[in-house]
Amino acid sequence: MSNCAIEFNSVWKKFARGEKYDSLRDLIPSMARMAFRGKKREELTEREFWALRDVSFQIGHGDALGIIGPNGSGKSTALKLLSGILKPNRGSVSVRGRSSTLIELGAGFHPDLTGRENVYLNGTILGMKRAEIDKRFDEIVEFSELKDFLDTPVKRYSSGMHARLGFAVAAHVNPEVLIIDEVLSVGDYHFQEKCFAKMQEFVRRGATLAFVSHNLTAIGTLCKNVLVLRHGVPVFQGDVSAGIQKYHSFYEEETKSAAIELLDVRLRTAEGDERDIFEPGEKVIFDIQLKALEELRNCHPGLQIHTSDGQLIFVTATSRLTNRKLTLAKGETARLSFSLDLNIHGNVFLLGFTVTPEIEAPGEWLYYNPRLKRIIMTDSRKCQGFLHMNPSVEIQLENEPRGVEVGPRH
Amino acid sequence: MNTGALSVAKDLPGRLDGHASEEFGQYKELLFMLTWRDIKIRYKQSLMGFAWAILMPILVVGSGLIVMVAFAAMSGKPINKLDVLSVAVKSVPWAFFVAAVRFATNSLVMNKELVTKIYFPREILPMSAVFANLFDFFVASSVLALILIVSRVGASIYLLWVPALLILLVLLTMSCGILLACANLFFRDVKYLVEVLLTYGVFFTPVFYSASMLGKWGFLLLLNPVGPVLEGLRNTIILHRTPDLPWLAYSATWGLLGFLITWKIFQRAEASFAESI
Repeated sequence: MSNCAIEFNSVWKKFARGEKYDSLRDLIPSMARMAFRGKKREELTEREFWALRDVSFQIGHGDALGIIGPNGSGKSTALKLLSGILKPNRGSVSVRGRSSTLIELGAGFHPDLTGRENVYLNGTILGMKRAEIDKRFDEIVEFSELKDFLDTPVKRYSSGMHARLGFAVAAHVNPEVLIIDEVLSVGDYHFQEKCFAKMQEFVRRGATLAFVSHNLTAIGTLCKNVLVLRHGVPVFQGDVSAGIQKYHSFYEEETKSAAIELLDVRLRTAEGDERDIFEPGEKVIFDIQLKALEELRNCHPGLQIHTSDGQLIFVTATSRLTNRKLTLAKGETARLSFSLDLNIHGNVFLLGFTVTPEIEAPGEWLYYNPRLKRIIMTDSRKCQGFLHMNPSVEIQLENEPRGVEVGPRH
Repeated sequence: MNTGALSVAKDLPGRLDGHASEEFGQYKELLFMLTWRDIKIRYKQSLMGFAWAILMPILVVGSGLIVMVAFAAMSGKPINKLDVLSVAVKSVPWAFFVAAVRFATNSLVMNKELVTKIYFPREILPMSAVFANLFDFFVASSVLALILIVSRVGASIYLLWVPALLILLVLLTMSCGILLACANLFFRDVKYLVEVLLTYGVFFTPVFYSASMLGKWGFLLLLNPVGPVLEGLRNTIILHRTPDLPWLAYSATWGLLGFLITWKIFQRAEASFAESI
């Protein structure tokens, strides 16, 4: 028990939806209602719902726990409870050690103050002493790359600059427990990398981390364990890759279309071997049997591939591959076979299926499921990144200095 | 490396049952920083800068003078210098009270982002609002002190009462501010009510006139706990005599009890601030 930096013991948290009484005029009726009903705090009234239901987890000192789940699953609520911003209705939360919470970068910046002044203000709000900020000021500025804008009021900053300064301050609080809500989604790629490296450094140095993100790659790299929440209920807790699979399985369940029903979906190799783990460069066939629930005229079925953190990296459609258009009467079925060379690499990818109507318009689909199948690509060790370009190299040494050993030549 | 201001072992739910004052000690720097922020912002983008700190008291003193001139015209007695200075001595602290309570009432709602995004004891927000106005009060008081010196009001041993009276004034201001900030978070029309009360409060408080002018009904003015403090300032600074001790004790009771009770209420309500704001 006492070895844990963070403990969440069967925590319940409820919220009210709809409007609140927030004018004095409404106080009297609401008090009358309360007196009439009697005060039972644990019971849900009609307008209330449980944002978290009986959630328990522990994080040992120096461990990192990722919290994932669809929108509205209670991730941020859990973090706000951890940071003390919210209090649980039932159960208990405890955090041991100097903690720092990043729910939003630069929350607490005052627009009229300069960058320099805000570093001090925000640093103090996050729990640093003035002397500490003095000591780390140069580091903070260097990290933020805003040296030339320090004496500019923050209201003139771009949102990226704002976030950079926010993260720079937060990253130098040097907490023992770091509570982070989706903050990697801001700033340019370079800065995101930098933030991520900083977070890795924290974990390496033995800080305890509770991390909410939709960036599953980041979760997978930083955390050994994940907690998967859905509708406020923990559905999985344990090894990170199993947790990410569980998370994706939520989306496989949901297919929504009034026009088309998928009867059969298969992912196989050319030899007919059905699986979901493939090697880079392997050829796969994606078979789909669909049934028209209403009349379809000249529609275009298509494929999408997303990375596990939601980046769209590949799109195709029958309209790009063939002249044949798909026209089906109500109740008719069709079978499609897409063939692909999987020149992707070392990650989990999501294969989606879409059907667009004859006249295409953004966001209008006859069928849309971007996460129909999960594809796990093995790592070829030849390269890094999403793409597998089957690299090779030839090296030839020229003007070799005499007498220096340069190793074997081919 | 536990040099941080945050608690080393904080049990969050336990905080409500008594660790609060302990924890509060660790947040002194934040209180200072937020006070500094409020002062800085006020002076940063204003046309008048420090003149702002004395504008409000000048307006209050000015209206007090008009009231006095009117009284003098009716009663036929000439205005004497000490009466004018009395109004000034009472108006400046009253102006502080009004400004500080107004500012503190809005402090939680104005800092919504901090309340919903970052954890720290929320008492700091109304408190820093009061302290920021205290700074203005000191600026105005320095000007007033100069005027008093030039007017040769003179000094006496009774001036030793002044710090105690001012502490009591801050305590009363703080109690009002803490309670109203909390109320305004849950009920947004509290601030309008506060505006009205503060605007007309000057007539229910011995600012422009002294309680004795109302004869046997004078005690009504002193029922407002700020009243005896203002009268006390006048007695000690201008008239060089001991303040009315029973009434002062009455104020002090309000100040101490009020502070304890409003503090407790605030602590209770604090748990639901972030979801109710």
